[in-house]
Amino acid sequence: MTPTGTMRRTDGILRALLPPLTVAAVVTGVIVLVIVAGHHEIGPSFGALGRGAFGSAYAIWSATLVRATPLTLLGLAVALAFRAGVMNIGAEGQFLAGASAASAVALRVPDAPAILLVAIPAAVIAGALWSSIAGWLKHRFGVLEVISTLMLNFVAQYLVSYLVRGPLQEPTHVYPQTASFSSTAHLPLLITGQRLHLGYAIAVVLAVVLWWMLRATGLGFRLRAVGAGAAAAESAGRIMVPRVMFTAFLLSGAIAGLAGGVEVTGVTYALYEGISPGFGYTAIAVALLARLNPLAVIGTGLFFGALEAGAAAMQRDAGVPFQFVAVVEALIVLGVIAIEWSRTRDEDGR
Amino acid sequence: MVSAPLDAASALSLREISKRFGATQALDGCSLEVRRGTLHALLGENGAGKTTLMRLAFGMLQPDAGTLSVAGRACTWRSSADAMRAGIGMVHQHFLLVPAMTVAENISVGRGGMWSGFDPVRAAEQVRRLAADTGLSIDAEARVADLPVGAQQRLEILKALSHDVQVLILDEPTAVLSPQETQDLYAWLRRFVDRGRTVVLITHKVREALQIADDITVLRRGRTVLQVRARDAREGEVLDALLGDANTLHALADGRPPHGAGLRSAAPVLTTTGVTVRDARGVNRLKGVTTQVYGGEILGVAGVEGAGQMELLRVMAGRCRPNSGMTTRPARIGFVPEDRHRDAVISAWTLVENLALKEAGSVRGLMAWDAYRARAESCVRSQDVRATGVDDSMAALSGGNQQKFVLARELEGAPTALIVENPTRGLDIRAAAQVLAALRAARDAGVAVVIHSSDLDELFSVSDRMIVCFDGTVRDVALDRQAVGRAMVGLT
Repeated sequence: MTPTGTMRRTDGILRALLPPLTVAAVVTGVIVLVIVAGHHEIGPSFGALGRGAFGSAYAIWSATLVRATPLTLLGLAVALAFRAGVMNIGAEGQFLAGASAASAVALRVPDAPAILLVAIPAAVIAGALWSSIAGWLKHRFGVLEVISTLMLNFVAQYLVSYLVRGPLQEPTHVYPQTASFSSTAHLPLLITGQRLHLGYAIAVVLAVVLWWMLRATGLGFRLRAVGAGAAAAESAGRIMVPRVMFTAFLLSGAIAGLAGGVEVTGVTYALYEGISPGFGYTAIAVALLARLNPLAVIGTGLFFGALEAGAAAMQRDAGVPFQFVAVVEALIVLGVIAIEWSRTRDEDGR
Repeated sequence: MVSAPLDAASALSLREISKRFGATQALDGCSLEVRRGTLHALLGENGAGKTTLMRLAFGMLQPDAGTLSVAGRACTWRSSADAMRAGIGMVHQHFLLVPAMTVAENISVGRGGMWSGFDPVRAAEQVRRLAADTGLSIDAEARVADLPVGAQQRLEILKALSHDVQVLILDEPTAVLSPQETQDLYAWLRRFVDRGRTVVLITHKVREALQIADDITVLRRGRTVLQVRARDAREGEVLDALLGDANTLHALADGRPPHGAGLRSAAPVLTTTGVTVRDARGVNRLKGVTTQVYGGEILGVAGVEGAGQMELLRVMAGRCRPNSGMTTRPARIGFVPEDRHRDAVISAWTLVENLALKEAGSVRGLMAWDAYRARAESCVRSQDVRATGVDDSMAALSGGNQQKFVLARELEGAPTALIVENPTRGLDIRAAAQVLAALRAARDAGVAVVIHSSDLDELFSVSDRMIVCFDGTVRDVALDRQAVGRAMVGLT
């Protein structure tokens, strides 16, 4: 029995709003609980969080947006893959592959004027190659990408460990990191005196391009079709599904690799272990909260960037452990899954 | 006109039931009396409320008003679990199976306590016993994802029967079964009923209901409009109750239309020569099949499930690459697959996007959305698709309108040939008639139409010529019910 249109519209607004509001309420409640349970005061804690994220020019331009850059780029990588039905949770590893490749180029091609023009493409290619391993395993042996991309994250992590202790280690061979890049390998800064770099502008432009690509181009349409219904895409659309999925692996990996290249040439100017505090995993929350819409990723990337910048300040000023961000991220992922679940259940129940 | 309650002991009784979903009155004082030990057919068009009524009986929904009693005792259900404890079982129209699990695991799942063990050997043994009892053959160790649609339906029935069931409700169980399997099921239902159990069969196949049921109840727009013993009922009377303004629809429902004479093209437009298809397990599904299809004819392809007709249609449509043999296929060819939701449309997408899907594989560069919108609008007009607009999501349309849109899309751009599998499956009589009329119109316009339907009546009503698949081979057979029936089971 199908309810009529009128009923679905009035009811539909309520139904659409209720789950996100519930999730927001639950998330806020748990944050308060975490703060209270740790015997911290709520007012000062939230104050520190807000100040750390938006309280000053430095907070905005040198903390929040710098943090938002890799999260936005990686969120785009995850969103693109998920839209095509490719469950790439290996953005972390592809990021590290990109960071490693960019570092190798930046260190081995010193003082060349066009060094960035080589380092950034190297990062893009390395990220694409890294994810193509999982793409090939899926295509050739049917290996689930959820497993393979996750495992490749650890491989990439140990690869970085090897590089910074071996071939790319700094000249004194004391610290497990590379030497600092020469200034020719630094991304331009956007505002004098602040840390915000060209990478954020790249991320925003890329978000718009991807949004347009999914909407307006044949390739974007094919990616969406494969994600929304692979069997129908193949049968009704005569789409070569494996080829489109492989394309999604490559594009997603390339964007994640770009994020790695941007991070080392824009922020750290060196490669070391732990260069990513789990950016690739947070990016899954960024993409899911944006409901896989590239334009919305700009907003959710900024949100998580602000949250992480604010949480750092909250730890410094109010003593609330930084790990609380991980709790919030996990809750948001669970919340989004719950919303999607309630939506599909509503549709099935009609 | 509702007659007095039927006599004999009551197995299931629903009285004056009302149920509203938002602004829609799905059931409006509807009643159903099911006598113990009978096979009761519940008839109605799509949207008449028959599934809603049975979901209420099975505890999946709660009524706004009205009473429910089982074996004479008044009951209220909080959930299906209550109904199952009271001996009610239900087989749903849409599969509720775990594709990654085996048949035996699917039947065991949800039975026993949370901590009770699962013994695969014993479970498989139980399934084999159940299958033997029911005459519904199934491979207990097969993975559900590997089973054809018909076998999945059989599994659904077996699953419901694995509980101790006094009253078994089946929602359109024969929609995907072959004629032979349907006969086997009905024979089994009869034996089940003869052992004192009770069956409620939701269907919209009037003739079948009259043949196999003891009692018939007809619903229209949420009301009970006819309650009658099947042996006292006339087909016309039931059709009138079902359709309301039935006069024009009799012809559409079962009339034999004039066949297109003299329209047939001189040369075949679609041929297969010695085509062989092997499945994933290496079994030959088609064994050197040669066929010709001409423009301006409807070629009916009959066959019991697994006889090779699906593979043949898919080879013709270019959706399956033969292992050997030759095909000549026209450049423009339409395909209406059996499983609409899986293979034909993306339900969450709009009509415009689903129209654009047709060319998704070959679009270079940008999507011409304005052109797709105009074409979707013309599809909606050409097949009289009931939608508020082309920005409706596919899921918002009824099954009949979805199918009409798919048909319009595949007929768009003047295809040389059109391949259709079970095109009216799950549609009500009105929508089915419109779909068949569209196929005839395409034929009259010179299109080579190839149709497979598991409903032989339907196949006979549209086909100009018939071939029969049996065990991977194909034979030309005269348009004669007996000859086709014999050919389907391999007799000459």
